[in-house]
Parts: sequence; structure tokens; C-alpha cells
Amino acid sequence: MIKKKELSINMGPQHPATHGVLRLVLDLDGETVVKCTPHVGYLHRGTEKLGENRTYPMALPLTDRLDYVSSMSNNIGYCVAVERLLGIEVPARAKYIRTIMAELTRIANHIVWIATHALDIGAMTVFLYGMRDREWILDLYEMVCGARLTVTYPRIGGVRCDVDQEFMDSCYKFIEDYPKRIEEYETLIDKNRIWLQRTVGIGIISAEDAVNWGLTGPTLRGSGVAYDVRKAAPYDAYNEIDFEVPVGKNCDVYDRYRCRMDELRQSIRIIKQCLDKMPDGLVLAPEAPPYDMPLGKPRVMPGHPTGAILPGEEEDEKKEPFDELYSATEVPKGELGFYFVNDGTARPYRMRIRAPSFVHASVLPKLSEGSLVADVIANIGTIDIVLGECDR
Amino acid sequence: MTPSAIAALIKSKFPAEVVEITEFGDQVSVLAKKTRILEIMSFLRNTPELYFDYLTDLCGVDYQGRKNDRFEVVYQLRSILHNHCIRIKAAVPEDDCKIDSVVRIWAGANWHERECFDMYGISFTGHPDPRRVLMPEDWEGHPLRKDYPLKSDLGEAEWKGFKEVLETVERNKKYEVR
Repeated sequence: MIKKKELSINMGPQHPATHGVLRLVLDLDGETVVKCTPHVGYLHRGTEKLGENRTYPMALPLTDRLDYVSSMSNNIGYCVAVERLLGIEVPARAKYIRTIMAELTRIANHIVWIATHALDIGAMTVFLYGMRDREWILDLYEMVCGARLTVTYPRIGGVRCDVDQEFMDSCYKFIEDYPKRIEEYETLIDKNRIWLQRTVGIGIISAEDAVNWGLTGPTLRGSGVAYDVRKAAPYDAYNEIDFEVPVGKNCDVYDRYRCRMDELRQSIRIIKQCLDKMPDGLVLAPEAPPYDMPLGKPRVMPGHPTGAILPGEEEDEKKEPFDELYSATEVPKGELGFYFVNDGTARPYRMRIRAPSFVHASVLPKLSEGSLVADVIANIGTIDIVLGECDR
Repeated sequence: MTPSAIAALIKSKFPAEVVEITEFGDQVSVLAKKTRILEIMSFLRNTPELYFDYLTDLCGVDYQGRKNDRFEVVYQLRSILHNHCIRIKAAVPEDDCKIDSVVRIWAGANWHERECFDMYGISFTGHPDPRRVLMPEDWEGHPLRKDYPLKSDLGEAEWKGFKEVLETVERNKKYEVR
């Protein structure tokens, strides 16, 4: 008689298809996954602790390092949260610039996603096409702020500097030419037999389960739940823009792929409207806290009840009760939330980051148990995680 | 429903449990005692007109020296159907540092509660997998506590597992390809 025995294998942390340093311990019965245990934390840098020991403007560059594929969106999420906390009204032009940047970032993120996801499950060409097109967006970033990856372009109260006509023209050219590239990706994989076999009916999670597990973003919308923070609690210019929220219906890897592809087209639509409607005026609110590093003198922020925003020589005044605020924004991966507890000093008493990748990584056992080892790779791809954000 | 109406409803249903209701902007927090937190959460999840099906976030906060009960566990709840939200907070004293787990109500609470334990040392009764999540398994201390130093107070001393790693490297040297 043949004895059956389960085999434990280690996938990662250094595995090309785990998108960073994710380690999975898989218990296998033949090719079937019986148990999947994710181990995260290899990239833990203590961002929350660091944030609690820095002033609000000083913690902004830390948010770039969370999800390094879409750093601009993280900056915007942080700035929106601090603005809501301190009651800063952002000028209209800054709102529109930020909306354009957020959507460019969404496109850049989804391109990287489709590139790596397709590479993982066996389509090399899309990877090369994707990386080529991402350069285009990084060039637009560079044009506006000089940086390509960790940008720190948005500021609390607006953006760092105004955009020029050259950027606007390049953006118009981008939205005119880019839809052809989306068609290119689709021609390569949309009806590709191998792609369909690897994605259709794989990694199914029902709408009810998806909500219960706290999934957000396209990962949730692939299951047919039309929850999008841009619609549910609009920020920046989204309440003045007309766009749709694409949803899937089969709850599988393929529908989540379709959702992201449709989102690319919606992002193009949003950028076009923003460019057309772009108002004139300031790009940084006058009451915004100064973003240069505090040296010497205390800086006082007029109009804010607690006064000093950057620390001075004297001890900051602590107040009770605490102000608390949870603010969410829709980053390409899902809902990025910041929860602040403010005691009136220049530093947040508590800074909590609700990272979509962390929640999405926790659902991997649910998606993978009972499937084949090869489908685990498809599942890691489809939830779109970046471990920098997951581990914070 | 507006957040204040939801808070009033919770107050009328659990008058002895609700300690305090605070507002900031358009957001409302309800501070509750931890004893019947599971009942409050089931009520919020299962009442049709509230239907908080989505636990956005769960985290801990350390109020050392600032409040009577040192810790608070904060639940951000949202109903996707009704598009309303509320924040529930449960006070956890330092000498009885545990609270009921809500994983049975929202499966997504699993890793959030592990992280809360990891960072603050609050243990969750009834959690299916109570391990650390971000820090190494043999880590000592809970980093987000206010009395945990930002910089190491060990000076030049290493993390104690480091010696073991070096020994393993030394032991495995004989297998190196020359």
C-alpha cells in the first residue's frame, strides 16, 4: 500500500513571483495546497512609530516608501488626512492637479501589475510592453517635480509647485495615445488560451466573503461590489468628475483583471476632464504648514486652534480630549486609510496606516487552500500586494 | 443614518456599556466598556438598518499616563449598503490586557488583531491564530507602546537571535563551494 504524506514547502521570501519578500509555507498533498500560511514583516520599518515621533510635514516622505509603485497616491492619502484633521481648505487648482496625479499613478500601478502578473503566469511580452509604458508616466512625474519614484510632490494644503503648459500638453498627448496601448495588452492576453486557462475560475471569492474579509479596490470590485472611496466619500476633485466604477461578476482572477483594465480607461477619462476643467489660482493653501525642515524658531500656523504646527523651543501644549480622525482614499490597490489621534502638539499622538496590501495578504489562505500550487502564483498576483505597504 | 443617530441608537440599546460619545468634524466615536464588546459588535453587524458588514480597520492606541485605562482598541466600521460609518472604541486596562476577538463576526479582523497584539500586547480571547505578525516570533516587547524606546537602549548589543544566526552560518561553512 502506498503511504500518503503531506509535504511542507517554503515559497519565498526570495521568490520572483511573490512581489517582494512574502514567505508562504505551503502544506501540499500532491499538487494540492492543503494549508497556506503567509509570513510577512520582512520589510517592517516601523513607519507608524516613526510617524508618531515626527511632525506632520516631516512624516510625509515616509508615505512614499509604503507602496513604492504608487507613491504619489500614498502622499495624497496622507495629505488629505492631515488636511481634514487640521481643517485646511485646499485650493481648487491643487485639487485638480492632485486628481490628475492620482489617476496617472493608478495607470502606472495597474501597468506594473499587469506586467508582473502576466509574467508570473506565463506571458512575457506584456511585461516588456508594460515597463515601456510605465516610463512614459515616470517621465511625466519627472517633468512636474523632478523625481520619478519617491516623489513627495503633494503637500499638506496643496502641491509643491504649479504645473506648466508643457506638462499639460504632454498629458493631452498621453491620454490621446495611451488607449491604443491598452488595446495592445488586451490583444496579447484577453483571449489568449493559456491566459484564460490560468485565470478563469481561479481564486474565486464571493461578494459576501470579500466584504467580510475587508478586501477593497479592484480586488473587491472583481467580486461585483461597487465600493469605491472616490464615490462613497469623495475627496479632492472627484465629486466634480464624471466616471464609472467597473465591477466584475464571476469573482475570479480573470474578472479582477478585466476590472483593472476598465479602470485604466476610466482613469484616462478622469484625467481628460481634469485637464479640460483645470481652474487657475494658487496651488498651496496660504495656511498650509511650511514644509521646509524646522530649524530654530517656532513656526506658528495662523488660523489653527492649536497654533503651533512645527515644534519650537518651548514645549508644545497638550490638550484633552484628543481629536480623532479616520480618513480614507482610494489608492490603486484599495482603500488606504490614515487614523490620527491628535493631542494638539505638532506630532500625531497616534498614526495608524490601514494598508490595503496587509488586508489582501491575509486573504491568501482563503483563496489558495484547495487549489493547485501553480494557482497560488495567480492568486498572489491578483490581489495586487506590495510588501513595503503590507509590512509598513 | 447619520453617525450621531447611530451613536444614540447604541446608547439606547446598551446604556450601561457606553461610556462616552465624542465628535470630531462629521465623525463620531463611541467609547464602550470591553465586557460586552462582542454583543455590541454583533448588534451593529446584524441589525438590518445598521448592517455594518465591513470592518475597515482595527487598531490599538496607548494612552499611558493620559487616560485611566491605558489602552484602547479602535474599530472603524462601515456599511457598504447604507454608506454610513462609525468608530467604536473599547477601553482596555493594563492589568487586564485582553479583549474578545471579533474574528467570528468579521474574518478580516484576523491580521489586524494579530498586529494589535504584536504592537501593544493586547491579547484577543478566542482568536484562531494568536501569533505575532510583523515582528519576529521571538521578539521581546511591544514596539508601539509609548514606553518602548524609539532607538535601542542596548547600545552596541545585538538582538539575541543574531548570535544564533552567526553560529548557523559558521556551522554551514563546510558546505560552501570553493
